[in-house]
Amino acid sequence: MSKRLLAAAAGALLATAPAAAQTVAIVGGTVETMAGPAIPNGTVLIRDGRIVAVGANVAVPAGARTIDARGKTVTPGFFDSSTQIGLEEVGAVDETNDHRLNKDPDHVAAAFDVRDGLNPNSIVIPVTRIAGVTTAVSRPDGGLISGQSVVVDLTGMNVDSMLIRGAVAMYASLAEGSRGEAGGSRSGQTMLLRQVLDDARTYARNREAYNRGQFRQLAASRLDLEALQPVLAGRMPLVVEVNRASDIRTTLAIAKEFGIRVVIGGGAEAWMVADELARANVPVVVKVLQDLPETFESLGERYDNAAILRRAGVKVAITAGDTHNARNVKQEAGNAVANGLSHDDALRAITLNPAQIWGVADRLGSLEPGKLANVVVWGGDPLELLTPVEHVLIHGREVPLVSRETMLRDRYLHLNDETRAYPSAAARPTPVQTPQQ
Amino acid sequence: MKRALSALLLAAAGCAHAGGPSSQQPKPAASATVPVPPVPFPSTYHPFRSVPTLIRGATVMTAAGQVIPNGQVLMVDGKVAAVGQTVNAPAGATVIDATGKYVTPGIIDVHSHLGVYASPGVDANSDGNEATNPVTANVWAEHSVWPQDPGFVRALENGGITSMEILPGSANLIGGRSVVLKNVPSRTVQGMKFPGAPYGLKMACGENPKRVYASRGPSTRMGNVAGYRTAWIEAAAYRRKWDDWDANGRKASDMPTRDLGLETLAEVLRGHILVQNHCYRADEMAQMIDISHEFGYHIRSFHHGVEAYKVRDLLAREGIGASLWADWWGFKMEALDETNANLAMVHQAGARAIVHSDDPGGIQRLNQEAAKAVLAGRQAGIDVSENDALRWLTANPAWALGIDDKVGTLEPGKQADVVVWSANPFSVYARPEKVYIDGALIYDRANPNLHPVSDFETGLLPAEAAR
Repeated sequence: MSKRLLAAAAGALLATAPAAAQTVAIVGGTVETMAGPAIPNGTVLIRDGRIVAVGANVAVPAGARTIDARGKTVTPGFFDSSTQIGLEEVGAVDETNDHRLNKDPDHVAAAFDVRDGLNPNSIVIPVTRIAGVTTAVSRPDGGLISGQSVVVDLTGMNVDSMLIRGAVAMYASLAEGSRGEAGGSRSGQTMLLRQVLDDARTYARNREAYNRGQFRQLAASRLDLEALQPVLAGRMPLVVEVNRASDIRTTLAIAKEFGIRVVIGGGAEAWMVADELARANVPVVVKVLQDLPETFESLGERYDNAAILRRAGVKVAITAGDTHNARNVKQEAGNAVANGLSHDDALRAITLNPAQIWGVADRLGSLEPGKLANVVVWGGDPLELLTPVEHVLIHGREVPLVSRETMLRDRYLHLNDETRAYPSAAARPTPVQTPQQ
Repeated sequence: MKRALSALLLAAAGCAHAGGPSSQQPKPAASATVPVPPVPFPSTYHPFRSVPTLIRGATVMTAAGQVIPNGQVLMVDGKVAAVGQTVNAPAGATVIDATGKYVTPGIIDVHSHLGVYASPGVDANSDGNEATNPVTANVWAEHSVWPQDPGFVRALENGGITSMEILPGSANLIGGRSVVLKNVPSRTVQGMKFPGAPYGLKMACGENPKRVYASRGPSTRMGNVAGYRTAWIEAAAYRRKWDDWDANGRKASDMPTRDLGLETLAEVLRGHILVQNHCYRADEMAQMIDISHEFGYHIRSFHHGVEAYKVRDLLAREGIGASLWADWWGFKMEALDETNANLAMVHQAGARAIVHSDDPGGIQRLNQEAAKAVLAGRQAGIDVSENDALRWLTANPAWALGIDDKVGTLEPGKQADVVVWSANPFSVYARPEKVYIDGALIYDRANPNLHPVSDFETGLLPAEAAR
């Protein structure tokens, strides 16, 4: 067999191997299920990568591998709703950035799907997951309509094994920073967005004429118009990056006009229109740690944005708003608590809420039988900065708490001649799977 | 991404101070007799009105080696008068019951661009990089500082920041003079200037100058080094010219012509201005140290030092501080080899670890950044005490700025820059409740009259938006 074929066969094996043919019981911890009140001294039972039982009185089958979580806290793996994990390796090195399609002149890239550019071997993945973040939305940006995102679990050697859901949402920007790419004014942006949505609807009604070349010029390419159909049909949400209160209202108006579902991203001044967002049942993805009038569209941004939105009844997901430091989403949630959000709501904003917003709550977001076993054991309050991550399980499989970062740390932990000579691969901490029974 | 971008664009370093390094630093040879031109733009800062105040019942973290449960801090005439389990307060002192709370020295950021890259971040407010020449030793950050930047207020009320160094940006090999400010509301920058704080000189290594000057040079790291060396050769000659003039009786007719840039560099060579050097990579830090030896100046602190852990022995030996983030990484090549254990590893090696922000958001939570670094240290087997971690935020930055004889610890005689926190400052839930600067209550969470509002933010949102 050629080397190439062998590699392909190995890849196929990895892709199809059962997530983990084993039973794991996490026992004795305070289990924050997100499905109900926390269970003190609870057990989470995992079989073949899925959760099979959660509760105070779960019998641990003989032969199960047991993780002692006494005195610790057990949560679903955390979920960051706005990253470019797998799409950006080094910010300033353009060759490593695959999250935007520079598509002139119309700046509509609805068909741009980040899935095909996703790198499962990104160095950002281990750094993120050993901090307890197991799931991320990886999304495009740029232009008026940026394209489509994916939800991925931070595991696996290939895209298929990490992909939870593709074509999760469509992204558009009505933010100040995107004006130049779309008409140079707020009204220009909304005019173009309306035109594209309208043409996408028109296209769907006249596909045959269009394909025969007997139809007027439309505001986007055929591929883009096709890609917008799920949005128009209400099957795919349109995430609109927008910050000023008045622009959020405009977004709500467009959503109503076209009968589409929207999610607000950015949302610096969302608290000012919290009631309207709640009435329209529109979720918001917020970064907590922003409280400066950094731009004229975010003059009203404040730390208690999430708390105010929640009080009004808006579903909120919290993001770190970063790729390399998506691992800090728990710090964002902790700061939301320091600014009025309940601890329970803060946890929900990085677990169950995003799972619901992105349509993957059937598999993720809470510790309930049937869901994928993305589980983290914490040495204490998961939102506290001094709390260590003790165990991370993704699809029921324990992830070694090793990343390029911890390896560099260990390489230089003792400065001596060995450091000067660069230790060989054999001297590195080996990313061994936890022994499995 | 926003954060990374801001680091990329703004990352800058460098400031130093006139006034000798106060700790065990190798001092460059100083020629004390040479006339230093009188410093224009003198500080007009004077403390706000204070009353004798006793804080009691709190866990007092002095940053001087003591953590005192249920302790007391007395402030009189703007100074820390006493710290202990129980202290003798004068009759009539205002008593603050801080039971269950924590008290620390004011937090100090050695690396801020507040005022020079003010909010809102529109082009008109972009005053941090004089990116017109690779060497602009002639510019002074204080001439860009807008005292109405709302970021000052946020740093106070969220971060407990009482002092900070404002630096020019990192576009240039030598970016200019920094200035140290007290974080008080003021109409003028002179009204914020920390009296007696030495000036700093911002220098920058690596990718930023390369990128900014790619088309005209320097466009390489070797070009960068040639640029620094050329500047120091000119500075040494300039210094000699003035020394000769001094030695020859200071004849008015022979007085050399002043050059603002060389004047600043000569002051560095005389040890009056402290070098603050933006530098990420371990190998580049070693290069910069060689250059400092060649020309006889001392680098007070490397800023950003993502790879400081790789040369922490060298930093300790040279007596150079390491001003670091807890976790920023990945936004450019020279920020790739990050570890959250950086601060703890540097600390363990005996070098001065400092948490810095370089960011108007980060400056609001240096305490939280320190907590992340403490955890990473523990995970690497390095146990950093709370007192030592607090020193990363107070005493060590004070040293880097040459003001550690005045602030940075809660010890009698020091300026009473004090923060009362709602909880242990290394908790994500902790918030500053009261901030004192020179003994005056500048911020009080419980008192809306003591929530400073900048001119820019006055009337900015419609009254209906207030909750």
